[in-house]
Amino acid sequence: MSAATYTISRSTPVSRAAAVAGLILCLFLAAAPWWAGRADLRLMSEIFLYLSLASLWNLLAGYAGLVSVGQQAFVGFGGYMLFAFTMFLGVSPLLAIPIAGVLGAVVALPVAILIFRLRGAYFAIGTWVIAEVFRLVFAQVSDLGGGSGTSLPIDVVKSIAASRSARESTSYWLALGIAVLVIAVAFLFLRSRQGLALTAIRDNELAAKSLGIDIWKTKLVVYIVTAALTAATGALIFLQKLRISPDAAFSVNDWTAFVIFIVVIGGIGTLEGPIIGTIIFFALRETLADLGTIYLLVLGLVAIVVMLRAPKGLWGMLRAKVGIEFFPLARRVVKPSETQDGRHGK
Amino acid sequence: MPLLELQNVTKAFGAVVVADELSYSLAEGEALGVIGPNGAGKTSMFNLITGTFAPNSGSLHFCGKPITTLSAADRCRAGIARSFQIPQPFSGMTVFENLMVAATHGARDSISKANRHCLEVLEKTGLIDRANAPAGSLTLLGRKRLELARALCARPKLLLLDEIAGGLTEHECRELVDTINDVRKEGVSIIWIEHIVHALLSVVDRLIVIDFGRKIADGDPAETMALQEVREIYMGVDADG
Repeated sequence: MSAATYTISRSTPVSRAAAVAGLILCLFLAAAPWWAGRADLRLMSEIFLYLSLASLWNLLAGYAGLVSVGQQAFVGFGGYMLFAFTMFLGVSPLLAIPIAGVLGAVVALPVAILIFRLRGAYFAIGTWVIAEVFRLVFAQVSDLGGGSGTSLPIDVVKSIAASRSARESTSYWLALGIAVLVIAVAFLFLRSRQGLALTAIRDNELAAKSLGIDIWKTKLVVYIVTAALTAATGALIFLQKLRISPDAAFSVNDWTAFVIFIVVIGGIGTLEGPIIGTIIFFALRETLADLGTIYLLVLGLVAIVVMLRAPKGLWGMLRAKVGIEFFPLARRVVKPSETQDGRHGK
Repeated sequence: MPLLELQNVTKAFGAVVVADELSYSLAEGEALGVIGPNGAGKTSMFNLITGTFAPNSGSLHFCGKPITTLSAADRCRAGIARSFQIPQPFSGMTVFENLMVAATHGARDSISKANRHCLEVLEKTGLIDRANAPAGSLTLLGRKRLELARALCARPKLLLLDEIAGGLTEHECRELVDTINDVRKEGVSIIWIEHIVHALLSVVDRLIVIDFGRKIADGDPAETMALQEVREIYMGVDADG
């Protein structure tokens, strides 16, 4: 049989069904302002924003091997850019969000040149230090409220939409939009030739560079794209909160620790993992938050148990047992006679 | 103009000298065999040619251009591909995807061109039935074939093979020799480090012997193997060990 008779398949029956189901789910969620209450919309917005942060951190740590504990630098930076551009330059908040993203990419470049000299644990600590530097810098800006922070002026808020319900719907759609955008970007990136390079680097750096992959450049691209989308997400987070302060904007707990929890329990290095992790995180939070510190103890316990029992996360465990993937990244060689069953050949 | 030229290449790790004033050149289309005892610096020489290490002194030229300061990735793109003595698969990726990495980044083929080339190489190297298997699940023989297949997908002008015949049966070894001879016919130059001397001699048209990082012989394979110095150093160590 000659090579010409083989074909390359990039989807499976499961993934095609998942794509249809995903589309229907997105449409259903997009219609939420007509079927959900005000509190539910707020909660769902928050879920989407966390999903976005988690998917971004997963791309960074799970695929590029860049274990950052300083992504709050870009969350806070994005938030502050939203406030600065709307308050001082009169830019519309909707336009300030992509601007925050672009500027996030711009500041990520010198940060990357600095911290890419560090490896492993030193890299992680380095990113945290950078985030602290960001926090201290923004605390010095008195026009943005200095150390105590500031609120978004009422006329800026009203420029989003005239009525309160229209503002809440817009804000919800933006949160849903960024989550969908982030997952789409991650998916398309991983399916591209850059995705091949990134996965190769994750598996074996020595072989990757010997086969023509520029490791530094590949990681840099991921770092900058992640920073841009994290900053845009940060702008959206503080558009919802309407108030910003250095401690809230650059909180390692809120924007990195919880995000790592989500990715680790969901399944690092898979696109499905952060989705599962986000659902579990919010399910725990909504049922246990009234318990105060016990809630945090339970979170820690869940993380420990999952790491011991399922080191690849809940999705990793499920995938090993059932062998399905909703986001098809694989390139399968199909013989003309072969029917696909969506599983890797053993 | 030689395809590859090493001039006084020297590399030491502390007191351990792995390459000592190494100089030789390789003509286009030539197949060069490399032998020497374990620890002689043969794999280190590959690391210097591919850019895994930088030399302490000396220079390397490829296609007439200096490559001494180029990164490993750039050298691969320039046309130097290698197989690793200890296989280095991308374990989490399938066999086919391993090849696609080399084709899309080493050879910089378009996706459709890469797909076709990788399928051809999979058939040529007998891996087509394992195309969708995770590379980590391959046997040692499978991994060695993958090393060769992946290097070929980078469309090299110079192919470096590091002990690729070790552990193969006589039949498998003959198949491998046939594959390598086919590659040569396409005009690819080869440097092959190998302990299985009869396999090596059925491919190469020149042989160099390395010991303690120094080149101690260089010439016609049969004549080189017959040298007293080579018999003592090479066979002597082999018989003891």
